[in-house]
Amino acid sequence: MEKILVGLKRVVDYNVRVRVKGDGSGVETEGVKMSINPFDEIALEEALRIKERGEATEIVLVSIGGGEAQQQLRTGLAMGADRAILVETAEMPDPLSCARALLEIVNRENPELVIVGKQAIDNDNAQTGPMLAALWGRPQATFASKLEFSGNSVRVTREVDAGLDVIEVDLPAVITADLRLNEPRYVKLPDIMKAKKKPLDQVPLADLSIADSPVIAETVFEPPAARERGIMVDDVAGLVGALKDKGLL
Amino acid sequence: MAKVLLIAEHDGESLNPSTAKCVACAADIAAADIDVAVFAESAASIAAEAASLESVSRVICSENAAYRGGLAAVLAPQIVALAGDYDYVLGPSTTFGKDLVPRVAALLGVNQISDIMSVEGERTFKRPIYAGNAVVTVEAPAGVPLVATIRTASYRPVGTGNSAPVETLEMSADVPDHTRFIASETGKSDRPDLQSAARVVAGGRALGSAENFDLIFKLADKLDAGVGASRAAVDAGYVPNEMQVGQTGRIIAPDLYIAIGISGAIQHLTGIKDAGTIVAINKDEEAPIFEVADIGLVGDLFNVVPELTDAVD
Repeated sequence: MEKILVGLKRVVDYNVRVRVKGDGSGVETEGVKMSINPFDEIALEEALRIKERGEATEIVLVSIGGGEAQQQLRTGLAMGADRAILVETAEMPDPLSCARALLEIVNRENPELVIVGKQAIDNDNAQTGPMLAALWGRPQATFASKLEFSGNSVRVTREVDAGLDVIEVDLPAVITADLRLNEPRYVKLPDIMKAKKKPLDQVPLADLSIADSPVIAETVFEPPAARERGIMVDDVAGLVGALKDKGLL
Repeated sequence: MAKVLLIAEHDGESLNPSTAKCVACAADIAAADIDVAVFAESAASIAAEAASLESVSRVICSENAAYRGGLAAVLAPQIVALAGDYDYVLGPSTTFGKDLVPRVAALLGVNQISDIMSVEGERTFKRPIYAGNAVVTVEAPAGVPLVATIRTASYRPVGTGNSAPVETLEMSADVPDHTRFIASETGKSDRPDLQSAARVVAGGRALGSAENFDLIFKLADKLDAGVGASRAAVDAGYVPNEMQVGQTGRIIAPDLYIAIGISGAIQHLTGIKDAGTIVAINKDEEAPIFEVADIGLVGDLFNVVPELTDAVD
């Protein structure tokens, strides 16, 4: 295939323990380490492997966000993508608007395949991939753990609650990456230097003239209910006793 | 009265317990009429199960060979064809619902609320974000259908005993041929289902091998418990993916959860925070799992677990 489009979202790093702001207006992101959403990193790794097998020619990255998302796009370019597009907006749009913006980029770029992470680890919505597929009128294969291409279709193994499902979709299609699709590579220093020269286009979100979406308002943020501090027991007899006390044995 | 369309989840033979939990959530929405839609190759017995659920007003039953495998690309247009009559379109936040419901929302031109954990008002809900490290209150706009998935671990299933009417519905939208279901590989086991088991025993990386995971299975069998695992244990190949508990695996709420050799990464903890009692067995006393455990035991699992298995009647 000619082209794979990969979506990358800038999110609070996987290892950061997120804290809710004192006034409940959001979560603390000031001075917090930011990274590529880990599932999107897996999506990119898969695209790179497809290209390295000679089954794709070009990998284009797309992100939606503020100017600082260029950092994550540069990291993606250093991993091996060919060029990047930043749909620039100060405020992160709602998922439907993101999907509509991605559709505009899809219509400009005409990729045969779009791969995104199955969810972003900040809002945990898990919507963008299927929404894009719906708007595009194309197949979706979510939670992918294995891809096998043949001709104009791809056989996708999906991680579902009951085990694994296998489906076949015609291209173009949207695939969302699950954890065990691959293990992303580490970026090497020379590649970081090379990535600085790769093209990174910026498109203001307003220029894409997407329709207004009915937005779901996020009103109050709060920390989750804390569990009460438990007890420590010294041995199995103590554990069995404690479970019996609670009526669990 | 507000009208709810709830999409039933099933495996082709019987109703998934997630549906009865979603009904419980839907029933929290003031004065709602709850219709359950069953799309299946052979729907009669699944529809009968749905009709027995308390609070259900009506079951809409559609049969077609194309529904095999529950493909989102096939089901979404059928649901959209029905959705015009409803104020709410709901589904479970399982892999089935997470795949299907956003496709429905996009076709309806609306945003979706993912993972409802509580109903605060007719259009106001709470949902977890950042792997459950924060909870946000969300308010959906009026005048458009409210499309959402429900975090099933937050709800107890409604009872049975109802006999709601079942209506048959002809397929009304086109079936795309670009998506084809090939096969399911499900790990059928005789143990209680992880998602609905009252007790769950779970093992982590510290088990060290697939063979050693037998210790977990033996204890689980003694307790009549479901078996879960941390991501690390699944990644290491000790057990299959359907046993993974956590942010990206199953979110469960058993009465008793016994975490063995699981350090307790935040992504794992988000999958168990609704458990009644959490027991942690780990040789590292600094392991984060002890911060959430109700009962903790510091010790070598290779000694503790066989001893515990023997001690349980």
